Amino acid sequence: MHKALVAKLLGGAIVMFAFAVFAMPPLYRLACDVLGIGPQQYSAYEEAAAAVDESRTVKVQFMSTNQGAMPWVFEPAQFEVEVHPGERAEVAYYAKNTTSRDMVAQAIPSVVPISAVDYLHKIECFCFERQPLGAGEETDMKLVFFVDPELPKSVGTLTLSYSVFDITDRVASEVSLN
Amino acid sequence: MAHGPAKGVTRWLFTTNHKDIGTLYLWFSFAMFILGGFFAMVIRAELFEPGMQLVRPEFFNQMTTMHGLVMVFGAIMPSFVGLANWMIPMMIGAPDMALPRMNNLSFWILPPAFLMLASTLFMEAGAPNFGWTFYAPLSTTYAPETVNYFIFAVHIMGASSIMGSINIVATVLNMRAPGMTMMKMPLFVWTWLITAFLLIAVMPVLAGAVTMMLMDINFGTAFFEAAGGGDPVLFQHIFWFFGHPEVYIIILPAFGVISEIIPTFSRKPLFGYASMVYATSAIAFLSFIVWAHHMFLVGMPVSGELYFMYATMLIAVPTGVKVFNWVSTMFRGAISYETPMLFAIAFVILFTLGGFTGLMLAIAPSDIQYHDTYFVVAHFHYVMVAGAVFSMSAAVYYWLPKWTGRMYNEAMGKLHFWISFIGFNITFFPQHFLGLGGMPRRYADYALQFADWNMVSSIGAFIYGASQILFLYNVIATIVAGKKVSEPKTWDGANGLEWSLPTPPPYHTFTTPPDASVIEENSTVAH
Amino acid sequence: MLRKALRLFSLTFLALAGMHVHAAEQEVSSTTVLNMPTGVSTISHQIYDLHMLIFWVCVVIGIGVFGAMLWAMYFHRKSIGHEAENWHEHLGVELVWTIVPIFILVAMAWPATTTLIEIYDTSDAEIDIRVTGSQWKWQYEYMGEGVQFLSQLASSQDEIYNLDEKGEFYLQEVDNPLVIPVDTKVRFLLSATDVIHSFWVPDFAIKKDAIPGYITETWVEVTETGVYRGSCTELCGQGHAFMPVVFNVVEKDEYEFWLAEKIQEAEAIAALTEQTFTMEELMARGEEAYLTSCALCHQANGQGVPPAFPSLVGSAVVTGPIDAHLEVGVNGVPGTVMQAFGNLLNEVDLAAIMTYQRNAWGNDMGDIVQPIDVYNYKQGQ
Repeated sequence: MHKALVAKLLGGAIVMFAFAVFAMPPLYRLACDVLGIGPQQYSAYEEAAAAVDESRTVKVQFMSTNQGAMPWVFEPAQFEVEVHPGERAEVAYYAKNTTSRDMVAQAIPSVVPISAVDYLHKIECFCFERQPLGAGEETDMKLVFFVDPELPKSVGTLTLSYSVFDITDRVASEVSLN
Repeated sequence: MAHGPAKGVTRWLFTTNHKDIGTLYLWFSFAMFILGGFFAMVIRAELFEPGMQLVRPEFFNQMTTMHGLVMVFGAIMPSFVGLANWMIPMMIGAPDMALPRMNNLSFWILPPAFLMLASTLFMEAGAPNFGWTFYAPLSTTYAPETVNYFIFAVHIMGASSIMGSINIVATVLNMRAPGMTMMKMPLFVWTWLITAFLLIAVMPVLAGAVTMMLMDINFGTAFFEAAGGGDPVLFQHIFWFFGHPEVYIIILPAFGVISEIIPTFSRKPLFGYASMVYATSAIAFLSFIVWAHHMFLVGMPVSGELYFMYATMLIAVPTGVKVFNWVSTMFRGAISYETPMLFAIAFVILFTLGGFTGLMLAIAPSDIQYHDTYFVVAHFHYVMVAGAVFSMSAAVYYWLPKWTGRMYNEAMGKLHFWISFIGFNITFFPQHFLGLGGMPRRYADYALQFADWNMVSSIGAFIYGASQILFLYNVIATIVAGKKVSEPKTWDGANGLEWSLPTPPPYHTFTTPPDASVIEENSTVAH
Repeated sequence: MLRKALRLFSLTFLALAGMHVHAAEQEVSSTTVLNMPTGVSTISHQIYDLHMLIFWVCVVIGIGVFGAMLWAMYFHRKSIGHEAENWHEHLGVELVWTIVPIFILVAMAWPATTTLIEIYDTSDAEIDIRVTGSQWKWQYEYMGEGVQFLSQLASSQDEIYNLDEKGEFYLQEVDNPLVIPVDTKVRFLLSATDVIHSFWVPDFAIKKDAIPGYITETWVEVTETGVYRGSCTELCGQGHAFMPVVFNVVEKDEYEFWLAEKIQEAEAIAALTEQTFTMEELMARGEEAYLTSCALCHQANGQGVPPAFPSLVGSAVVTGPIDAHLEVGVNGVPGTVMQAFGNLLNEVDLAAIMTYQRNAWGNDMGDIVQPIDVYNYKQGQ
């Protein structure tokens, strides 16, 4: 009788672990998608661009926010661009480390309106990497993207915002851990 | 087997007796109730007039945070666990709880947890100041360092709750006397069984949330920080996935208590017993799928917002069923107004008012105006205080004669009720106006147009606070010198196995299961 | 005091007796709030109507339920000899009161849904304004116009600590209000730099969380000119009650004029940066700017609230070399609430504040920080 019970419990445990390992990640991803949690795109968009839709133009606005005590100058080179859906566009953000110490920054993207989040595809973005800048150093950072032609017709303006965080300490502690 | 309690302090430290542990829980929760009430008095005293008079804004935030934490985790939850310990074995004809040693442990880890939490008040960095909902990043990156004590305390409270719940589930499922079928259990046992499942499901979620906080603060992870790919809003989703069932954890046992008391003093069986059980289960299920109605303003997709609005509105249906059932129970009964019944009636009225404001809050567009204002504060105090605390007062008056073999002072009990009832409404009813008029919650100071109602509210709070001293006095006076009663049934209309026992019950009860005929005779469920 | 308390008491009972019967009480005290404002935006009226609809539905249900209950409480008392009946189930009745509420809920959900969808439609805004919450102030930027400014509490610390008479708009007044034109769709893009804040203006029926690292959006179209006041509604630390939102809604041409003026103002400040100021000038300007921008944490007397907010009296930074002082003032202190004010305040105000800090409260340094020093420091020395 004990054997049967142990087997049952073990079986139950295995099923639960399997559920956690195989079923939970897609469920969580789905939940994050539906509820709009987290940055929406972590890495370069790989699929080929669709045909350019010349029939309409979409306005894409750019902005940036310095987080906490982040002292850098960090701003888009132009405030907005107009693009056709499907058309590749390249813009730049200007960054300058105004302090007298070497720093590392991380820019986190965020898009509104929330219904358009899945339709802004970044092909190249500085936000996929960390941004180290030495004391007083400045740079132009590249962003290449296109707007998906499937973008709902009701959306005429997309706003892409970057929040810049000072992650110098975080990076330093990672190094010391290794 | 039939031995009495040990003598001295070891009786309480090492006890595995469900009645002793129940008593410990009840006294502990009352102590926490007084402590949390004291914090509330500081808050209301500061808000008596505009401007900062007594405390600094920083300390004010510590007070609101500690008030919420102590009341939810220290006062209300343990009080119902205490009640469960006392009553469930006696109600289902069991000799004790299923896991008595764990029972002892689950109580005795609570006092250290709250000592640790309260000790932060005396530390240089101050107590937690980020609200009882502790939203990141205010509670992580920007928290005082005492947040680690808070996290540890929450972990211990969670462990205690989970152990207590496992015990209740095991007891109810395995220890019922022969003949005590599930659908013959008193409704209090049913609501606690469902509550225990809710607790087991969500306390680990809370533990997960605070563990992630701990990691974010101390070990460089970034669950809730955008800098590392996390999201502060994720915290709110996790917290409310715990937090919404939590409010039903608090209120469901109260439903159970009320469902025992109203039939007794109406001298009429509970209307719709089966539908009460189904309604409770429905509420418990729905409580898992509505959490984001606490977060209508975080920028969710509109589809998500609509879903959470509809699901939340749906809760009104089973809740309404319960209220209708209580009213129907009273209808055409023979009602008498002893103190427990007064509290129970006040519960039904005031809880329903809280339910109405809850329905209003569920409407996502209107919630834009209500969210994080005093309207919300009024709403949840109507369900937490007039709900949980009033039902707890009712329960104490109802079963105190059974527990102690002594009768409380009825006149003083009624006085306590009326002062509480009036004080409570003076405190919280004006807060509806404050919220609608534009006063956000957790404000240490406010604009001049809010001055009048704040003063009213503060005066009410002092009245309500004072009435609890009367309660304490009445309970102690009863235990020490109350008039002795010995008939098994204190109340002529009472039903349930606990009333078949001698008054006061011996230290060990139902060491042999009651006869099926005894169960039938005393059943709370009508046939 | 006692008389006021008594008056309030009678007011309370009045209100308890007749919930939401406005007229009577409003005459008693014109400043006392009771109900949600109808507001002045296209959405606020809809929300108000929705609020009242649900309120009246609740009142009707309440009358039914409590009426039945009070009936039973009075007529079915034991003390008047009423005998209890024994019924305890009725399938039909139970089904009715399960199903009927569902229809009532659907009737409520319908207008709620249409309103919500309208609220979510942020398209076709004529003006975009960025709103950034920080502990404990708002920063506004008119996107594409080059106009941005801080908006901070204008009520003084003395008013808060009862050393001074409180003004009419105590805690609901700021140094720089937001100015928007009437009858124009204005979109707000909200974000925060530290903790979560929430941006609320009751008369507009807009409230949205500002979340660090992410943006959220909302919009308003105001139909009446005037001054409208709101607040932060998400607990954001000790200054939570002290970061109001104030809007000045004006005619369209007036708005254009104001915008042009703001642009000129920014240029004028840039010109001032070149100028050299005397100690007196800087101290005077510095005191004012300090009280607005610094006193919430470091207090009016510079003593701070240790350990979170260090005292500036005799502090190593303030009474140390100017460069170190500039470093903290301009670049902030990583990992603390001390922000990089180089991005928030102009050079003139920063220089004045630092000069004030170095020479106030017995900090007798005797030296001066000029705007050009700040400018040079920001340019990388």
